[in-house]
Amino acid sequence: MTYHPGQRVRVADRAHDGHHRTPGYVKGKTGTVERAYASFTNPETRAYGDDGLPQQPLYLVGFAQRDVWPDYPGASRDRIYLDLFEHWLEDAE
Amino acid sequence: MSEHEHDHPHDPIGNGDEPPAAARARALELLLIEKGAISRDDVRKRIDWLVSRSPADGARLVARAWVDRDFRQRLLSDARSAALELGLDPGPSPVVVAVENTDDVHHMVVCTLCSCYPRALLGPPPAWYKSLPYRSRAVSDPRGVLDEFGVELGDDVELRVLDSTADIRYLVMPRRPAGTEGMSEDELAALITRDSMIGVAQPAAPAPIG
Repeated sequence: MTYHPGQRVRVADRAHDGHHRTPGYVKGKTGTVERAYASFTNPETRAYGDDGLPQQPLYLVGFAQRDVWPDYPGASRDRIYLDLFEHWLEDAE
Repeated sequence: MSEHEHDHPHDPIGNGDEPPAAARARALELLLIEKGAISRDDVRKRIDWLVSRSPADGARLVARAWVDRDFRQRLLSDARSAALELGLDPGPSPVVVAVENTDDVHHMVVCTLCSCYPRALLGPPPAWYKSLPYRSRAVSDPRGVLDEFGVELGDDVELRVLDSTADIRYLVMPRRPAGTEGMSEDELAALITRDSMIGVAQPAAPAPIG
């Protein structure tokens, strides 16, 4: 696991041709690692019948809602969390 | 071969009111069986397993956590082990995470990419959970969604939305309602609704003592 809880990370802002589990709404956004889970098979290859190996580290990453949605209608303290694979994260510190 | 070389008109073969997506799923299932990737038995067993699950299992976990401080800690640190401890099936996901609602923090769960859900502990997800309006608005306007479900949060409460985009399954541990101090674990479990464990409702209020 490259990143640790509390670390600031940016989600890669790149297109991906094919199945992937990084929603467009967080691409390019900066958040904080909340939990470093473990490694899991890669859905980007597993979706096409491959074994999904090598496994990829998975993190829970939290974002301020107002960083994700500039016009977010809720409270400024509200947050949103996603499970993101390491190869979609960049060090933002 | 072009589509209609033969000379008589006909309607396409359908299956009553079956929606196109269901027809597509059925066709895929038949193909996978034909190719030997899965068997009819596999499909039946999975369906039987899924419909045998219910929110009563999740409610047992939460009720125990409400009455047992040590169990609550174990549930929050490893929900999978906590479920096994009560003899419950936590499902195939290797990591199940319980998140606790408090006076200051409220969690709600969505899967924007499909319909990931702790099925082993809550049963099949409700249709609205899989619907596009919930999946899109739960992330961009979650307070608006909660308002529609009848949950009003003060601005001093931090709302945390969990978008379960990968292998982890999330279960919300709702706040224990006031006025339930003397209730047994089974009575408490009856207050813990499915929706309260998704985070779009508070637990049911205890019936007034008559």
